[in-house]
Amino acid sequence: MRTRKVPHPGWNLEYLMFLFTRLSGLAFFLLAVVGMTAALIMGARYQMDLGTLMRWTFFPNANHVLDSNIPNVDIWANGFWQIMQFLVIFFGGTHGLNGLRVVLEDYVSRPFWQIVIKLLIFVLWVFMILVAVFVVLAS
Amino acid sequence: MALDRKVGFFQGLRYKGGGPMLAWILHRISGLGMIVFVSLHVIASFFTQEMGSDWAIAINTIYESVYFQLFIVFSVLYHGINGMRIIILDLWPRMLEYQKEVTWLQWLIIIPMYGLTIFIMIQRLITGE
Repeated sequence: MRTRKVPHPGWNLEYLMFLFTRLSGLAFFLLAVVGMTAALIMGARYQMDLGTLMRWTFFPNANHVLDSNIPNVDIWANGFWQIMQFLVIFFGGTHGLNGLRVVLEDYVSRPFWQIVIKLLIFVLWVFMILVAVFVVLAS
Repeated sequence: MALDRKVGFFQGLRYKGGGPMLAWILHRISGLGMIVFVSLHVIASFFTQEMGSDWAIAINTIYESVYFQLFIVFSVLYHGINGMRIIILDLWPRMLEYQKEVTWLQWLIIIPMYGLTIFIMIQRLITGE
């Protein structure tokens, strides 16, 4: 492991991802609060167990609450929740994959392999976004 | 940059960084733990739903086991609260003066929350719900 070269603040990847990581971190709290509030409005106190509540909180997909006692989950599968699902995957995936890149680059010192890691993570990220669009639109 | 130096694994273990280093390493471990969990969940759900394959159900039983869940609950809680501290200190750098106090405060929040959660989880494990 070796210390990182940190470029000055500006329009470069390191600084933009630094900002993105902080702002998406705040966004997770907001998304989780909105998701959990909606679950409580759905009737989570009496008709869901804790695991189901958590699943809806972190990924508000109607398939995640099918095994609860809520009579009608169809009204909770609409465009608003599709946007919320996509935002969760976009923020979560980008935040997570960027974190993985930072950790891996700390343990890989050769510039060549750092570029290989960046490319691999970028390909994974694009793939993840495509899968996310498919999952959100198909469910 | 003059700070280009190599540090071995065992040298790193001997480094006495104290509370802030513990926060850094736990943030890293909990983040990687969540990546592992989410990846396993997505892969297992996809192959269970599309093909009903046995190994996907086997992966499912791994991450639905209580021991894995105890780790994941810690990861989410720790990463969230430590991340909140990092966000606040980075966006309002004047607060950096109180870094030590905030690191203690963070443990004061995490220990009761995690303690209560694992108390309920272990109670349900023993009594079988």
